[in-house]
Amino acid sequence: MRALTWQGKQNVRVDTVPDPQIVNPRDAIIRVTSTAICGSDLHLYDHYIPGMKDGDILGHEFMGEVVEVGPEVKKLKVGDKVVVPFTICCGQCYYCKNDLWSACDNTNPNAALLEGINGHNAAG
Amino acid sequence: MTERTSRTLDADAPLSSARKPDPAAAGLDIADDDAELVGRTVTINRPRQELYDFWRDFRHLPTFMENIEDVIILDDNRSHWIVQGPAGSELEWDSIVTEDVPGEVIAWRSAEGATVENSGRVEFRDSPNGRGTIVSVTIAYKPPGGKLGKAFAKVFRREPTIQARQELRRFKQLMETGELPTAAMLPQDMP
Repeated sequence: MRALTWQGKQNVRVDTVPDPQIVNPRDAIIRVTSTAICGSDLHLYDHYIPGMKDGDILGHEFMGEVVEVGPEVKKLKVGDKVVVPFTICCGQCYYCKNDLWSACDNTNPNAALLEGINGHNAAG
Repeated sequence: MTERTSRTLDADAPLSSARKPDPAAAGLDIADDDAELVGRTVTINRPRQELYDFWRDFRHLPTFMENIEDVIILDDNRSHWIVQGPAGSELEWDSIVTEDVPGEVIAWRSAEGATVENSGRVEFRDSPNGRGTIVSVTIAYKPPGGKLGKAFAKVFRREPTIQARQELRRFKQLMETGELPTAAMLPQDMP
């Protein structure tokens, strides 16, 4: 697929990147129809956010159409039109079970970093 | 008497803040006042018994403990641990279960002759507000002497509480979601 990739401070490029795959049985693949540019995209663009790596794909506030779902996906089917929020949530921790998605305990792969900065982890 | 009181007070303090953590008071089977002691706690949104069952099968430890390469079960109470040592080396020892209360406690210690004498304990308690299980882990270890010991200390003592925190976090992620989070794009790069 084609994607806008970050290539270092204030340098972005549309590249061909590997197609997404269903890895987790609760995954869904969305064909993106449009993406917003978020204020935090500017922070990423300007390299204020540590952890960015060359080739990272930008665009985390998007909408599109479901093209594939994993075997355990219950609420979505192929062809559904969806809007995707910017937080990545596990759906299983205490916070997710109580609809406090942005406080998800599990999805941030850099949890230790955020814990150091904010005193508590937050969603990925 | 004074000494005893002071010792008790120290032992009552959380391990992370105790001035002189006491392995015996922490329920660990290691005969050394100078042993390194690390303790961390995390709340996991799963039932106590399920968490205990997963941990009690020590073959699962390498899935969330980064330094443990492999655990081979020898019998109900004895297992063989292969652990990453300094500079790409491997350390191995037998580990013996010293206390086992299903759904509540597992404690273990290294068998005689281990290069790194160590002892660990994990406790599972119901969270009072229905948030699942409070899991507390304490680990004590006695770094070996000599050159190996120095190298070992460099690797493991750097940030042992951060390492322990990270491992408990991985345990939580695995138990709550069935996987570890990753920013990798391709399946082969995922943990």
